[in-house]
Amino acid sequence: MTAPTYDLGKLHGGLRLTANKSISTTMPILDMPIPAQLVLPITQHVGDPAQPVVGIGERVLKGQLIAESTGTLGAPVHASTSGKVIAIEPWPVSRRLGDHAPCIIIESDGDDRPIERAETAPDFTTLDPEVLLTQILHGGIVGLGGAVFPTAQKLMQARTCEITHLILNGVECEPYISCDDMLMRERPREILSGARILMHALQIDVCYIVTESDKPEALHALGDVLEELQDDRIVLKQVPTIYPSGGEDQLVQLVTDREVPSGGLPSDAGCLVQNVGTAAAIHDWIIGHQPLISRVTTITGDGVARPMNVRTRIGTTVADAINFSGGYTERAEQLIIGGLMTGKSISTDRVPLVKATNCVLVLSKTPSPGVELPCIRCGDCVDVCPVQLLPQQLFWYACADDEKKLRAFGLTDCIECGCCDLVCPSHIPLTFDFRMAKGRIRELADEKSRAERARKRFEARNERLQREQTQRDAELAQQKETAKRAGPAAIAAILKRKQQQHEED
Amino acid sequence: MEFVRHEAPYTRPRANVASLMMQVLAALVPAALAHIWFFGPGFIFNLLVAVVFAAAGETLMLKIRTRRPGTGLTDCSALVTAALLAFALPSLTPWWVTASGALFAIVVAKHLYGGLGFNIFNPAMAGYVMILVAFPMHLNLWVAPRMGDIDYQTLSFLQTLQFTFKGVLPDGITFDAISRATPLDTMKAGLNNMQTISEIRALPIMGDFGGHGWEWIANYLLLGGIWLMIKRIIRWQIPAGVGVGLVLPATIMYMIDPGANPSPSFQMFGGAAILCAFFIATDPVSAASSPKGRFVFGCGIGFLIYAIRTWGSYADGVAFAVLIMNMAVPAIDYLTRPHIVGHDEKAEQ
Repeated sequence: MTAPTYDLGKLHGGLRLTANKSISTTMPILDMPIPAQLVLPITQHVGDPAQPVVGIGERVLKGQLIAESTGTLGAPVHASTSGKVIAIEPWPVSRRLGDHAPCIIIESDGDDRPIERAETAPDFTTLDPEVLLTQILHGGIVGLGGAVFPTAQKLMQARTCEITHLILNGVECEPYISCDDMLMRERPREILSGARILMHALQIDVCYIVTESDKPEALHALGDVLEELQDDRIVLKQVPTIYPSGGEDQLVQLVTDREVPSGGLPSDAGCLVQNVGTAAAIHDWIIGHQPLISRVTTITGDGVARPMNVRTRIGTTVADAINFSGGYTERAEQLIIGGLMTGKSISTDRVPLVKATNCVLVLSKTPSPGVELPCIRCGDCVDVCPVQLLPQQLFWYACADDEKKLRAFGLTDCIECGCCDLVCPSHIPLTFDFRMAKGRIRELADEKSRAERARKRFEARNERLQREQTQRDAELAQQKETAKRAGPAAIAAILKRKQQQHEED
Repeated sequence: MEFVRHEAPYTRPRANVASLMMQVLAALVPAALAHIWFFGPGFIFNLLVAVVFAAAGETLMLKIRTRRPGTGLTDCSALVTAALLAFALPSLTPWWVTASGALFAIVVAKHLYGGLGFNIFNPAMAGYVMILVAFPMHLNLWVAPRMGDIDYQTLSFLQTLQFTFKGVLPDGITFDAISRATPLDTMKAGLNNMQTISEIRALPIMGDFGGHGWEWIANYLLLGGIWLMIKRIIRWQIPAGVGVGLVLPATIMYMIDPGANPSPSFQMFGGAAILCAFFIATDPVSAASSPKGRFVFGCGIGFLIYAIRTWGSYADGVAFAVLIMNMAVPAIDYLTRPHIVGHDEKAEQ
């Protein structure tokens, strides 16, 4: 195998967390049978919702386009299996923490009949990068690391910058989650093929595939294939197991020692980061003509009978997936979509697994953090903050609602990794408070811009009234002047005419 | 199935304030034993009085401020304040002096500023300075350290107890017989009398490098402090800052004129510098909190200790140095903000 190069982490702070990953890596990735009903939200990406192109009662085939991309940062949605559209209606989704959002509901017919693809696409290396990007867009491919940014648009944006590095993110630093790890172990060939497609689309020659030191099997598998391919453009990198080195900006800093500018994108630092799962999905679409209709999801936690990684069709409900994993244990109390540190706690398991869902975590006990004490400014949070913020100062200003200071101390740069929460001896829910404060800052900015608009409108109106007044005054003066020049007889005639007009009215 | 919703992260915090404070107290134990060994059982009574009144003050203030009384005591921060105050006091201190110091520390310096987390000044030092200014006589009663010279008498456990609570010494024993000037006092007085350092250092009370007894208490405080650093309860910046701020001017002056300037080791181990560096200045609430700021804060304290000892009228200047630097904390914190990843601070200014 090709040995990984080891880079010493240049990330500030971070935490070594109990990974709890091995409980879900004992079995290979299992294919989950197609459930009777699939729920496909039309918003599974960051941008504008997709527009449904199928009607209720219509029969659809596996891989058929059912909602097309519209607006900015859109991504299409494809049917995950063949069947009948039975409803397009609001359904609880994980993006909204269990609240409802529009979904296309398909009743599966069990045949799983794929749609005929008319042409066999030519070898991607012969394609123009622009054409390749359009193709990627049609595959409904979005970032599978959890941020679900539409991949094609991300690549298009990146092509406008000077990109030097493609970074494939296989770090997966969140505890419990192991879907990328398993994917790297089982499908290294597809990941590397996806990397080559991405490099062609970006027209660059440097690709780092990065994973953490606690994934030796994945490194081995990737290294073996890399040796076979003899592609020296691709370099395998191993980083220390420190949370949150898998964050996009953190990873860029870790492997290239460049800082992503505040409010900017990794492309501003010359990097494009894609999840390893996304690379495999690109391979599946460009080479295998299969749009993004399934993904690997980790079903884990002590609330699940048999933790495992499953390949599920997009739209499978959490309840179905849990049933496949042996059901809940008696202790199941919390349902979290995503990881232990940054996942979303949701209230119902009726929500579907979507393109973003890398993990379903069911935990037993509700951790009670104890009484919240005042901040004693111990500064433990400063030591662990990967962005080098001063969380204790931010907390102070968040309590005081001091918007100016919050901005000056970098609240908007907070990545909400949760490290400060974990070390706070006063048990202050810092991340939550910062999220709230960010919301208030946004509201305040909106309010300000609204007030600004209202002020401009008011000023414009005053100006207009003023202008009209001067105009009227000028006209009146003109009339008086003309009348004076015409003499008394003419004035009498005008007055008489006016009198007549008045009587007629 | 329906579930309860929570906020991320879904895991329990690792530490709590009470355990931090208990570990600080644990780190003080060896030095406390040394204190009792060298200066007699007075420390125990001082500690008891300080703890009782600190706890009473805490409970009272929480009640007046309509907070739940239990929560304030369980964080153990009042205990640490009491213990630090006890360390600052001579072993023979009348109970009401200790009590007023403890009450001032908790009631005025801590709770009138908003309680735990909001006090600007280090409570223990504020309490100490209050009694130092109000009852200076009673803070001079340092008994001689146990060092085996003949003319010196020690008080028994009961005699000490009697003095602490009744203010009377046993018949036939005067203060002069049992008390000694502290090494820092001796040094200051000697230098004022135009004695050379070597003459002053020849006195038995001066010990090997710090001061007899004092240097050993400081050694144990150093051990406790290093343990706290290993446990990551305190950071290296403040102790290092105090060290640099004190030792640097002391070394320079010592090198210029070793006859008229005490050695750096005497400065570090002869008074309360070690206690200050590891236990007092490191009180997180009243100290600077950015990593660079902590070092600056420490340096300021160290230098002020040197300045007060050398040019001031007090023999030791720890309490004043700490309180003065407490006032500078907001400015230090503002000026030493760390670089935020992704920001170009120079361009932003």
